[in-house]
Amino acid sequence: MKLRPFLLKCEDVYRFIQRIFKLVFFSPFEWREILKQCYAVGNRSFFLVSFTAFLSGVVFTRQSRPSLSSFGAESWLPSLVSQAVIRSLGPLITGLICAGKLGSNIGAELASMKVTEQIDAMEVSGTRPFSFLVVSRVVATTLMMPILVVFADMIALFGSYLTVHSMNNTGFKLYFNDVSANIHYLDIFSSIIKATFFGFAVGFISCYVGYNSENGTIGVGKAANMAVVVSMSSIFIIDLLSLQFINLFR
Amino acid sequence: MSNDISDKEKPNEVANAEIVARVMNLKKSFGDLHVLKGISLNLHQGENLAILGRSGSGKSVLIKCMVGLMKPDEGEIEVLGYNVRSLSPEKLNEMRQQVGFSFQSSALYDSMTVQENLEFPLKRNLQLFDKKELSELVKTALYDVGLEETSKKKPAELSGGMKKRIGIARTLILKPKIMLYDEPTAGLDPITSTEINELILNVRKKYNTSSIIITHDISCAQQTADRVIALIDGQSKMEATFDELKDTKDPELAPFFKY
Repeated sequence: MKLRPFLLKCEDVYRFIQRIFKLVFFSPFEWREILKQCYAVGNRSFFLVSFTAFLSGVVFTRQSRPSLSSFGAESWLPSLVSQAVIRSLGPLITGLICAGKLGSNIGAELASMKVTEQIDAMEVSGTRPFSFLVVSRVVATTLMMPILVVFADMIALFGSYLTVHSMNNTGFKLYFNDVSANIHYLDIFSSIIKATFFGFAVGFISCYVGYNSENGTIGVGKAANMAVVVSMSSIFIIDLLSLQFINLFR
Repeated sequence: MSNDISDKEKPNEVANAEIVARVMNLKKSFGDLHVLKGISLNLHQGENLAILGRSGSGKSVLIKCMVGLMKPDEGEIEVLGYNVRSLSPEKLNEMRQQVGFSFQSSALYDSMTVQENLEFPLKRNLQLFDKKELSELVKTALYDVGLEETSKKKPAELSGGMKKRIGIARTLILKPKIMLYDEPTAGLDPITSTEINELILNVRKKYNTSSIIITHDISCAQQTADRVIALIDGQSKMEATFDELKDTKDPELAPFFKY
């Protein structure tokens, strides 16, 4: 990409984000649409996030157990799994699932509205489509992602517990006592903050590519694809940056 | 409803009426492609003005500039006293609520039923949430376009002609002062086209609107327009009544009336 178009794109992205923040705080608040979108985001992703989190908990526990057993440290399993799940696995898996599921959904939906002139129709009737379509979706993904992460963490730990229980007959209380003893507020807090950024990134990127889509039906496919690819990449980047930042407080 | 000249305003009455929209020396380019090359026009109160031209001659770009969907490169646009090029977003919204825009593709919201499509501008612009009142207004708008029975349907279940009518009903629900029709009969069979033309005349009569009708359909211009502007290659080639225009010997315009 040449420098000038790249800089113009950066300016465009900056203005898009600026518009979102301006409308979140200063315009008639879109309560109804935000609630509707929150429900849609949660409803669309909950089953898939739960299923993937459960499997991740099971697989991670099964894979970690032999290594710990070889050191005679099998009792550290709850501690290891809980730290891995809450600090990294839970937010990352939820973020990636949402980037795939919601990113493609939002990107394609807004792009097809754009190419069929539905957004223009809202614009010319003075119905403020940006606030209705973009702000509500970005707010919904930002609010719902931490909630989904908390659910994913709990389900992954439950999956891990069932695995440990099936192998060692460990009790529920013992397992979760061990988990809570090794989890700090900073782990939970950082995980939630990270998930909030993931949610904003998925919502913002999907809306940006969808809302600015062009070139007819080809543009719709491209927008859906871009929404997923860029959202997923941004999740890894945010994860890396947040890790560096959180390590300053450990 | 008949569609003869009795439904049209007399040319003299129109010429003396107040100007509700004015375009002056409008220019618009996309890269090296000069689409509008300095077009000017006036729209009078109660008038149906057809802009006739071939595909790609800049007709749709002209009305999109008029509602601020596109930014012109040069020229002035005044709609209902608003200088469109210098409006703040709030003022632009205020102006847009008084101008109805019927899209070529109808642009109905896929995810909503017909009822919800029509309620949408009422809820968003007038903050109207009373179900009974909304239902009454929707019913009236649907009655005006002759499609009362479609309120529960989704746009995908409607024919092309029905979609156009619903699109028009959605703009009428805000009681606009000006209507802009972008190719209202494109892609429709002759019978449905005639019905849409009659609807355009009915809308003017009932809602007292002034309209710009963008079309390449000769019969649409003939049936609906008090005055026609022929747009050739981004410029206004001739401005006349339909009857005057059809007798033209201009080599660029005459072929329109041969087919």
